[in-house]
This record gives sequence, C-alpha cells and structure tokens, in this order.
Amino acid sequence: MCGICGCGQPEQNHAQHSHHGHEHHHHDEHETERLVRVEQDLLSKNNRYAEQNRAYFQRHGIFVLNLVSSPGAGKTTLLVETIKALKNDYRIAVIEGDQQTEHDADRIRASGVPALQINTGRACHLDAHGIGHAVKALNVEDNSLLAIENVGNLVCPSSFDLGEAHKVVVLSVTEGDDKPLKYPDMFHAADLMLLNKIDLLPYVDFDVERCLAYAKQVNPDIQVMPLSATRGENFAVWIDWLKHNLSVKDAA
Amino acid sequence: MHEISLLEEMREILQQQARRQHFSRVRQVTLDIGKLSCVEPEALRFAFDVVMKDTLAEDAVLVISVSEGIGVCQNCNKRMSLESLHEPCRHCAHPFVNVIEGADMKIKDLLVV
Repeated sequence: MCGICGCGQPEQNHAQHSHHGHEHHHHDEHETERLVRVEQDLLSKNNRYAEQNRAYFQRHGIFVLNLVSSPGAGKTTLLVETIKALKNDYRIAVIEGDQQTEHDADRIRASGVPALQINTGRACHLDAHGIGHAVKALNVEDNSLLAIENVGNLVCPSSFDLGEAHKVVVLSVTEGDDKPLKYPDMFHAADLMLLNKIDLLPYVDFDVERCLAYAKQVNPDIQVMPLSATRGENFAVWIDWLKHNLSVKDAA
Repeated sequence: MHEISLLEEMREILQQQARRQHFSRVRQVTLDIGKLSCVEPEALRFAFDVVMKDTLAEDAVLVISVSEGIGVCQNCNKRMSLESLHEPCRHCAHPFVNVIEGADMKIKDLLVV
C-alpha cells in the first residue's frame, strides 16, 4: 500500500500508476446551473509532493539532483562517469526517466549503483509523486547522492518540481548555441548548466561565448561548467562541485 | 504535452470538488492561466475534450482567461508588467525581477448542476 498518498497501490510499479477512475453521472435536465468557486492551482498537488520529498531528503541527508536536457545531450554518459569518479567514497542511487525501455537504468546498474527506471509512457516529464514512490522502491540510503535523470525534453520538466536541491541542465555543443533563448523556461529554472561534449568544439559550429551570454540573459544566476564527460576535460570541476555540496550537506 | 498531465490533474480536482460541493456534472470550467506559466492555451483546449471524455465534465466548455505577468525589481522595487520570465527591469535595467503574479494556472470556478 502506498504510504505516501494512500492510493492503495503496491510500492512496486507504482511510479507509473494513475489514479483516475471514471465517474459516470447522469444528466438531469431539470437541475439548475450554479457557479462554484474552486481557486485551485493545477500544479499544487505536484508542488505538495515535491515539498514532501524535499523534507524527506533533508531528514535523510540525501542530496538530490534533477538532470534535464534534450534527448542525446549525454546525461546518462555523464552519470556513468560521475558514478565512476565518486562511487568508492559516496553512496549513490539513480532514478531514470524515459518514455520507454530499461536501457538507461541497465547502463547505470552496470556501473555498480542501484537504479530504478520510471517509464513515463506518454508523459513527457517526471513528477514529484512518482519520485516519492521511486525513492521508497529503490530504498535510497541515508546520506547519499540521488541523481534523477529526467525525460529528455527541454520544455515540460521545467514546470515540475521534484523536490531536488538543484536542477542541472545539460546542453551539448552538438546542439545549437541559441538553445537557452529557444527554451528559456528550462534555463530559467536550472541553477547549473553543464556544457557537455566540448571535445567536439573543433568540429561543430557552436559559439561558447554566445551560448553563455544567452544563458545569462535568461538566468543571470546560472552557474556554467563546460566539460566533456567522455574525454574528461574539465570533468574534475563538476566532481569537485559535487564533493563540495555533499560535504556541505554533511556539515549541515 | 505536459498539458495532458495538467488536465488529468484538473479531472481529479473536479471529482474532488463534486464530492465536496455536491454536484454531478460540470458544464463549464473557467481556467486562469498566467502569461508566465509554461502552458499553451491552445494545447490545453486541444486535449481537454479527450481527457474529460466519460467523466462528469464530458462536453463541458473550457473558458481560458489569460492573466497578466507582474514582477517587482529586486533593485529598485518598482512593479511592472512582464511579457516573459526573463526580462530585465524596465526602469533600472537590473537583471533580477521577481515574478509575483502570472506564473500559475488555476481553476477559477465551475458552472455545475
């Protein structure tokens, strides 16, 4: 039974469930219409679950990142390399979001840490409710790093808070340098941008300075790290950032 | 299409409201969408009939009112209307403007029987 929302579903497979039963009502022509006030936000339920997740993560010392990007920016490779660099010193768990397949979770498990795949089906993003259940199902240990790899999509995941400490947007140099302007909501919502695949810069038409200026334009606060997950250039900057955050969390 | 998720959320809210406020059918839903929210009114309209099929809101009319985005500059404290989430202050050009209205999407009221 779901201990989070009382929805009566078992923990396993729960991340994909949907609550909606059909209610059939028969229309009576003689009833009079009336206006009822509702004033309820459509994201309020997700936000409540996100706050619940955040409180849980804080109590258990779990440092949570929500990784977002378009498909193919290199999130999974980045995670695999991150796990290699940190797994001897830190506990790590991963939640993978994709519309279909277990491929990414399989890749993460092969790197030696627990991973749970959420298949979102037709949905284009992860939501806070599904994350709450995934954390229970994965049995994420106290004082660990939890990386959530969101569905590859630069639009929808920006609206759904999962309870993470940081939203990290991954942009690769094989995409356009104007992505921050084209998808401003995501770059506005993120607090860290990893500019990935910089080893390919000599072969592509990508202006790093222009890209960074665009990112700062939509989010003056955004922190940027250019790196290459496959070749290792500047990768230590990212690893140091993670270590710093994990140690700050422990001290708190 | 996160619009579908939002409409599924709407369907749940309607079902809760039907129990709480004692009605059996929804004839009209008035939705207030902030100009700065990440939702496309046309996409919502498109998916509304599909998501509400076979529910208490089947055949209901969806009315969307778009509300203005409003921000307050972190530097000069002036209020201003905003067209997008990432505009600098139009008075002092400071890059940080706090959004205070227009980022939400709310069900305002329902016409029910």
